[in-house]
Amino acid sequence: MRTISFDAVIVGGGGAGMRAALQLAQSGYKTAVISKVFPTRSHTVSAQGGITCAIASADPDDDWRWHMYDTVKGSDYIGDQDAIEYMCSVGPEAIFELEHMGLPFSRTEEGRIYQRPFGGQSKSFGEGGQAARTCAAADRTGHALLHTLYQNNIKNETVFFNEWFAVDLVKNQDGAVVGVIAICIETGETVYVKSKATVFATGGAGRIYASTTNAHINTGDGMGMALRAGVPAQDMEMWQFHPTGIYGAGTLVTEGCRGEGGYLINKDGERFMERYAPNAKDLAGRDVVARSMVMEILEGRGCGPNGDHVKLKLDHLGEEVLESRLPGICELSRTFAHVDPVKEPIPVVPTCHYMMGGIPTNIHGQALNVDADGNDAVIPGLYACGEAACVSVHGANRLGGNSLLDLVVFGRASGLFIEKSLREGIELRNASQTDIDAANTRLQALNDREKGESVAPLRHELQEIMQNHFGVFRTGDFMREGIAKLASLRERVDSVVLADTSSAFNTSRIECLELQNLFETAEATAIVAEARDESRGAHARDDFTERDDENWLCHSLYHSGGKRVSKRGVNFTPNTVETFQPKARSY
Amino acid sequence: MLNVSLYRYNPETDNAPYMQDFTVDTGDRDLMVLDVLELIKAEYDGSVTYRRSCREGVCGSDGLNMNGKNGLACITPLSESVKGGKLVIRPLPGLPVIRDLVVDMSLFYAQYEKVQPYLQNPTPAPAIERLQSPEERAQLDGLYECILCACCSTSCPSFWWNPDRFVGPAGLLQAYRFLADSRDTATEERLAKLDDPFSVFRCHGIQNCVNVCPKGLNPTKAIGHIRGMLLNRAT
Amino acid sequence: MVTSVTSFSRTGLSDWLIQRVTSIILLAYFILIAYQLLGSVDYTSWESLFEQTWMKVFTLLAALSLAAHSWIGLWSVFTDYLTERMLGPKGNVIRLTCQLWASTALVAYVIWAVVIVWS
Repeated sequence: MRTISFDAVIVGGGGAGMRAALQLAQSGYKTAVISKVFPTRSHTVSAQGGITCAIASADPDDDWRWHMYDTVKGSDYIGDQDAIEYMCSVGPEAIFELEHMGLPFSRTEEGRIYQRPFGGQSKSFGEGGQAARTCAAADRTGHALLHTLYQNNIKNETVFFNEWFAVDLVKNQDGAVVGVIAICIETGETVYVKSKATVFATGGAGRIYASTTNAHINTGDGMGMALRAGVPAQDMEMWQFHPTGIYGAGTLVTEGCRGEGGYLINKDGERFMERYAPNAKDLAGRDVVARSMVMEILEGRGCGPNGDHVKLKLDHLGEEVLESRLPGICELSRTFAHVDPVKEPIPVVPTCHYMMGGIPTNIHGQALNVDADGNDAVIPGLYACGEAACVSVHGANRLGGNSLLDLVVFGRASGLFIEKSLREGIELRNASQTDIDAANTRLQALNDREKGESVAPLRHELQEIMQNHFGVFRTGDFMREGIAKLASLRERVDSVVLADTSSAFNTSRIECLELQNLFETAEATAIVAEARDESRGAHARDDFTERDDENWLCHSLYHSGGKRVSKRGVNFTPNTVETFQPKARSY
Repeated sequence: MLNVSLYRYNPETDNAPYMQDFTVDTGDRDLMVLDVLELIKAEYDGSVTYRRSCREGVCGSDGLNMNGKNGLACITPLSESVKGGKLVIRPLPGLPVIRDLVVDMSLFYAQYEKVQPYLQNPTPAPAIERLQSPEERAQLDGLYECILCACCSTSCPSFWWNPDRFVGPAGLLQAYRFLADSRDTATEERLAKLDDPFSVFRCHGIQNCVNVCPKGLNPTKAIGHIRGMLLNRAT
Repeated sequence: MVTSVTSFSRTGLSDWLIQRVTSIILLAYFILIAYQLLGSVDYTSWESLFEQTWMKVFTLLAALSLAAHSWIGLWSVFTDYLTERMLGPKGNVIRLTCQLWASTALVAYVIWAVVIVWS
């Protein structure tokens, strides 16, 4: 097996990965990005509404501390306050950098970046009413951001391994991460990519659910690799169901629609969110809105012949606003819902959207484990940022517009930290041939296997189990049933067989490897969801309907060895502001 | 039932490409072409190879030639593409085929990189954003939305004949996106790089690009603007 | 910047402009000729038309325009189809041969036109 060496290797060419890569490319260190798709095909491209940040354009008095308050509250108080403080305070600098790179933000009359209202936003620590804090490039902010980052990586001559797939982490005898095994999809060649710093920016895993806004490629590859390498996963029970996925198709309709004045209606045409969140109404936290929608449907007020969805009304905004502020939504709605939002409401349903959990990291992107005494222990050589990581700035529920900010701020932070570490010198022992072979075991086994089930039905089965047993509302008995089903599925997924054994552009092989990553992610989700016997943020249980701060004001940690769940403390000590104490969360 | 004819080629086993027919049970639903490909890969032949990612027309992975017209498989419904009960799916024309429906897009990306598709402005950046009026920003509409799917460039005969020398509609659209940006100061350098007989002027305005663009963009118009700028620069 | 030694003026813009200007000159010239031919034309009137200096100049201009227009057009066609990409290793030889043939012919035609009109 050939070895290629770099100072830093970034797995994933989405927003987080390319922001980290840009930082490192500018530093002059030998950096490579491994991306299983051409970078602009990454899922960041699908982000629509915007990037939330207190740049004080819509409101000159806006304050990042208000944004921090909203984010802490949105997280249902298990977001780490030091990390949220860092994200919200550094955010403006990171946004202005993007603008200087050329990101085509929409503009105000004053020539500043246009900001729109989003869910969960407030002024004056919840006292000053709705804020407009989400910086937008029409409703194509993710596209604009991802392309801008790719363009600037071209400018800085970053080395890209496009259409290469990372298989597993290589660890040396000390347990430090020293690179990854990767396949060149076009030729099928397998290579050891050696690196002093390995950054996982592998994005989410929405494809564990049958109905998701996520791209086909969101298969939790980083999570799978991490869990197999003994890295714990944090807060994996926390999955965001976006209130407005297009009914039937699952494609996303931005929260910006409601920010611009759209609202949800039930079959009677009633604006039902007024009952559930009298103040914020349709702009309450996403978990709150999604649950309210499911309640409406369960209580028989859903739309359509099966009463299984609600509708998003936009037509009262007028064609001009819709075509200028939400052109992409008009396009998607016409294509996937066969509905023209200028004339009639869009059928929508809560749809799996975002993984709040991930690889636990500190604000420098360093991946963390916990030692025997429960203290954080940095895993040498491994970093994570973006959706794959759990810093945690989103806690139990992410606010709209915070994912793009997360990936830009922490992609940048990881790059800065790795640059500094490289300058100070990173000494890791070389991997032995045995270490490399160990990392290649899974791929080798897949290539050698002749009998087993094929990938598509297994994936379908997995997605159905997750959809049915671990959806918006969860109950212990039903989850335990789901866990049992997963347990019997594991062996079958482990012995999935290739439909095609050729080398050149074998997407079958990639899909099998992805399926196993999906499974690791799903299993972690299931086991931790069953363990957290309370309702908090996106995790809503019918059998434990209340938040339990006494026992669960903490992160969950899932350890793949022994499928064990433990707890990890939440950071309540920001550096420059007072702690935001947990209180009842209402909108 | 739908008759689908797929372009197949595996460099390891096939001397030449061939068309393979499938009869696919679509349950009479008006699926997207990508759904049909997923169905074929899952239930009929796992070795069928194509690219896909977002499945909602924003990532640009699944540009294909469907019944003779380039487009994105994920947002092209059968009702729009099937003719006479048949769907013929081929890779994007004019680029080397790696396998089945997957083409080698290196030349396409090289042309994109050639136009220096990034903002250039050496003046020190302000502490906040560079200001830009809504009118100036509106100049970028219809340009920045490109998803690099290559449907346009691979439907352009000039790009077929000179993919190494003619920038092609996608690259030129991006060239103009930066020429049109009020924040970019490299206009002269950009124009100087385009003023040869191939880069821009191989466009003969036949508008195939406009006809196929899945995002409804108009590269021909952008190319016209570049010509105008070159003319102004010369006079 | 793509450079090509065999292009007419070596910038795309001037080729493009020449193509348009020459087409206008040719159009005007052919309208004039058509107008003459549609009226009652005989040898005397035809000869007296070409005796006039402005007509000689105009004819020469049209001949030069035709040559320039054809050259740019043919050069485009040759560099589209007669290339190594399209024809393999022989492409460049074939194209240069054709270009030599075309340029010789065009130069010959222009000289011939000068001889006819000015002698």
